[in-house]
Amino acid sequence: MGINWFKYSSPQAFHPLAGKMIPWFSAAALALLGVGLYIGFFVAPTDFQQGDAYRIIFVHVPAAWMSMFLYVIMAAWAGIGLGLQARPSFMMAQAIAPTGALFTFLALLTGAMWGKPTWGAWWVWDARLTSELILLFQYLGIILLRAAIEDLRRADRASAVLALVGVVNVPIIYFSVRWWNTLHQGASVSMTASPKMAATMVTAMLVMTLGFWMYSFAVTLARVRCVIVERERQPSWGKNASIHEVAEAR
Amino acid sequence: MQWGSLTEFWAMGGYGLYVWTSFGATALCMMWEVLAVWRRHASASAESRDVA
Repeated sequence: MGINWFKYSSPQAFHPLAGKMIPWFSAAALALLGVGLYIGFFVAPTDFQQGDAYRIIFVHVPAAWMSMFLYVIMAAWAGIGLGLQARPSFMMAQAIAPTGALFTFLALLTGAMWGKPTWGAWWVWDARLTSELILLFQYLGIILLRAAIEDLRRADRASAVLALVGVVNVPIIYFSVRWWNTLHQGASVSMTASPKMAATMVTAMLVMTLGFWMYSFAVTLARVRCVIVERERQPSWGKNASIHEVAEAR
Repeated sequence: MQWGSLTEFWAMGGYGLYVWTSFGATALCMMWEVLAVWRRHASASAESRDVA
């Protein structure tokens, strides 16, 4: 194979590689979100039951999905980090957490914006909403725990353990609408049942979700670059060559 | 397309406040995050150059 993938497992080598990938993911995000918004507002018809309030799902559902996807990916990196004692894995987990927290917050906020006109309440203590709120606290807990521990290795391990333990909440959120009799409506897209929505509505939701994925790749890669540079200043980095030395050597 | 005029588009069938708050908050949060990460990288790079 022409590419030496092992080379990129070192943070100093990954920093410029991530820098090259960010513009592509950003461009893909902008294009997909543009197309998604166009379909969502100009192609998809008005819902006969919920009127135009339903259009909130074009940001609500992708944000809620990302909140769960990103948690699982963060926990996976945390697990790999713990298993292999791999520093870059912990950095990835660290970089994903704030974006996951942001999408969780947006899922809750846009959910409230949908709930008020549709249910008549901004918030209800139902299983889906409560478990998603717990997910927000989990993200914040992981971020705060890391910030509270000064020793980087201990901070990495402690926040990784917390992320791994908390992963049980993700299936609870996903299946909450089936397990409990909740006010929240059932899954919008199902692998087994035929879609309950018009094809253009599903398309808009999926295109927006892809756009959110691309955005997440771009912003977490940008954040992992921050983490790499910040950690380079830490004493635990030892005598490794700095990024600027590596960059100059190229 | 179902919108007869720009006013109709803004009104969103009476749900304008909820729809535009949702989309506006999402856009603002994403732009804020991008700006925050960009600034963080700029300051981290500047400090790391000072040390080196």
